[in-house]
Amino acid sequence: MNYIKEADVVVIGGGVVGCAILRELSKYKLRSILVEKEPDLACGTTKANSAIIHAGFDAPKGSKKALTNVRGNRLYHELQDQLNLDIKWLGSMVVATTAEEMATLEELLSRGIANGVKGLEIIDKEAVLSKEPNLTPNVQGALWAPTAGICWPFGAALAFARCAVQNGAEVLTDCAVEQVLVEDGKVVGVATSQGAIQARYVINAAGLYGDAIAASAGDTSIHIHPRKGEYILFDKTAAASLVQGIVFPTPTKTSKGCLVCATTHGNVFIGPNAQDMADKEDLATTTEGMNAIIASAKKLVPTLPLGASITEFSGLRAVSDNGDFIIEASSVHGLIHATGMQSPGLSSAPAIAEEVLEILRELDDTLVLKHDFKAVLPRHKAFSAMTRAEQEAAIAANPLYGRVICRCETVTEGEIVEVIHETCGAKTVDGVKRRTRAGMGRCQGGFCGPRVTQIIARELNIPVTAVRKEGAASQMFYDKEAAGGKD
Amino acid sequence: MKQLHYDIVIVGGGPAGLSAAYSAYENGAKKILVIERDRELGGILQQCIHNGFGLHHFKEELTGPGYAHRCIELIKDKPEITTMVDTMVLEVSGDKTVLAINPQEGLMQITGDALILTMGCRERTRGAIRIPGERPAGVFTAGAAQRMVNMEGYLPGHKIVILGSGDIGLIMARRMSLEGCKVQACLEICPFSNGLTRNIVQCLHDYDIPLYLSHTITKIKGKDRVEGITVAKVDERMQVIPGTEFDIDCDTVLLSVGLIPENELSRGINLEMHPLTNGPIVDQRRATSQPGIYAAGNVVHVHDLVDFVSEEAELAGKYAALQVTGCLPAAVETVTVTPTDGIRTCVPQRLHLPEGGEPVKLFMRVAAPLRKVKLEVLCGDKLLLSRMLPVVKPSEMVAVELPPEKTAEIKGELTVRLNRGV
Repeated sequence: MNYIKEADVVVIGGGVVGCAILRELSKYKLRSILVEKEPDLACGTTKANSAIIHAGFDAPKGSKKALTNVRGNRLYHELQDQLNLDIKWLGSMVVATTAEEMATLEELLSRGIANGVKGLEIIDKEAVLSKEPNLTPNVQGALWAPTAGICWPFGAALAFARCAVQNGAEVLTDCAVEQVLVEDGKVVGVATSQGAIQARYVINAAGLYGDAIAASAGDTSIHIHPRKGEYILFDKTAAASLVQGIVFPTPTKTSKGCLVCATTHGNVFIGPNAQDMADKEDLATTTEGMNAIIASAKKLVPTLPLGASITEFSGLRAVSDNGDFIIEASSVHGLIHATGMQSPGLSSAPAIAEEVLEILRELDDTLVLKHDFKAVLPRHKAFSAMTRAEQEAAIAANPLYGRVICRCETVTEGEIVEVIHETCGAKTVDGVKRRTRAGMGRCQGGFCGPRVTQIIARELNIPVTAVRKEGAASQMFYDKEAAGGKD
Repeated sequence: MKQLHYDIVIVGGGPAGLSAAYSAYENGAKKILVIERDRELGGILQQCIHNGFGLHHFKEELTGPGYAHRCIELIKDKPEITTMVDTMVLEVSGDKTVLAINPQEGLMQITGDALILTMGCRERTRGAIRIPGERPAGVFTAGAAQRMVNMEGYLPGHKIVILGSGDIGLIMARRMSLEGCKVQACLEICPFSNGLTRNIVQCLHDYDIPLYLSHTITKIKGKDRVEGITVAKVDERMQVIPGTEFDIDCDTVLLSVGLIPENELSRGINLEMHPLTNGPIVDQRRATSQPGIYAAGNVVHVHDLVDFVSEEAELAGKYAALQVTGCLPAAVETVTVTPTDGIRTCVPQRLHLPEGGEPVKLFMRVAAPLRKVKLEVLCGDKLLLSRMLPVVKPSEMVAVELPPEKTAEIKGELTVRLNRGV
């Protein structure tokens, strides 16, 4: 076997879980490589979810979900400053509108206390409406969880990865794993679309495809099925008529219901629904799905500003057979699973990473911590978040900061150029959008999309026609000659 | 930070901003600034390389860049008028201070004795109308595609479907055909077209492009790039009729589903806005609810002809100039203009009339297509003006002018209506 690279550990999957694991690995004297099949990190479940760091009262006591959620929440509080994570600790509410639902809140409260969640309390109607005046007048009370927050999931994944890279780890995108290579019952590496990589340990953080990765190593013990959730996102101008924080309905036996929730960037979304799917690639939104979440959200906020929706999207949760996370050593020596993450996977990610390292230490007692681990990431500030003085200084240092490309979100050319060239930089239009928010606003890239495409082409020194929206075949524009010559 | 002061600061260098600047100059303003975000003046006209512009305003048929060129010629080499391109306005405040930024000067704080808002409009997007399906590359607003084809020299795709029969969509159907692309269909959710009749004929019929009225997209397909769409017929409430679905093969979907006045800056200064036009409420001088702040063109209400944009902007420029030179006749009568019976919107929404009246031109949009109606302007029960109209449609703005001798008679509220009993 010809190996293109040698590593001690390969992490498969660049979602928030894989990136958190890579960061944890980078604390040790190990050569670690993360491989991601998409052109960018966090393109799967991490990209399309509710972006909540849950308090931890949902999952049953003793489950992996409950343990890692409560621990993960605490870790995010610690990591926020080091990694400059965009998190707002707004607290969450589970709202009850009937006596029956009020009884359910009591159950959630005791489950939360058993899970070790701090600060939970049941608040009355007046307290609920003073926090969220646009909620239905039918509200009777709510379970208030002050430790819950909202975050920017892509930013979290990127920060974990960049911290790992600054500590010597490597990230390969556009690198799909074809097979986990096994010899004599032991992992020896992975075969990828870019060539084989040698490794003593492989971490399976492949999300929806965690079962396929396991099976390629001969481990058929796990199964993952996709469960779709659809969302509608509203313009910032509509936020005032919606909610300021995180509002859940009271869960029923069959569903957690869809929420109305603020984002760290000042928008509000409604969703998700939950539909079991056959196809792991089916990210289509549907009329039925959108009607369902609108109807459900109206029970919480009766007057939804539907004219102010700016985009709709869906994500697929990776659901395991028993519904809990899969964090365990495989029967194949050297392979560790960290998959089957649905909610609260994002909240749990840093704690899942610790668990994975725990398992790795059991497999290998020679692991040595680095004494010079660099925990703090250099600070980044969006131009739109800078003070006027900071903006002036930024333009003086680099005039490209004086050219606004995305007018809805006030994103400058300087920032776009920077994210293309930074560690784990953007290669695609969506990659630039996720990092800078160019194209995230109300015009959805109508004005800036063509300009962003041209900036990417210029900076990467590729033709405009080679610039992709996201996936391999997602070409944005074509040369004129090609069309004229055809007919 | 650089501090600048002008008599009049104009936000936006498209046809409205340029016409306002020229008119302000002609009416005696001495220090005028036009701020444009793009790399050249002219706004969206620069990407509209087709003809059909200027018949009213310049009395000859021009292309979009041709019209822009005329406007630019009128203001250039005038020491009274300064233009800044590649400059973005970040903030406007009620005291008529503008915060702007460009790569050369950095941040600039610019004050004006009067401000004219001419920011134009933007296109409604896929997300705003919630088209279901996947999210591949190849879904563009028609205007974004137009910029790429006409200014940057690239194609958005080869097999095109246009959603919406607004004028930009129709123009792009023809444009893509001329570029050698196959335009499979133009779909319109309304039972009537939303574009100018001449565009339906010249852009669809002449190129054998089918127009499906009362149809919409129910699914966009394709993981990376658009691979096709599902289309269905809708009922009179615009709800999909199950069983009418069919597929169309395409790699590109261009959206021409409406324009929205670009009023984020106006909202920042709490201008009184109109819920149907989505623009600021203005009087016949194009003065907004804030003293010294004027607005004109597509930022006030979406026009179908640039000629009317220029005409309106000249009013804003003129009255802003009269204000800053202290020559503005004081208003003695304030009335509102209310559209009723078949008229959806009317601009101006308010009149501030001086002694002896002032010319007032009303720009209206009707709610639905009608034949043989009488447009009537009333003050109370008194009929001020009536005009027979053989055909009216929502896509074509109706304009009537009240001369000063008529407006001098106005005492009390004005209504405009369509009288169908003729």
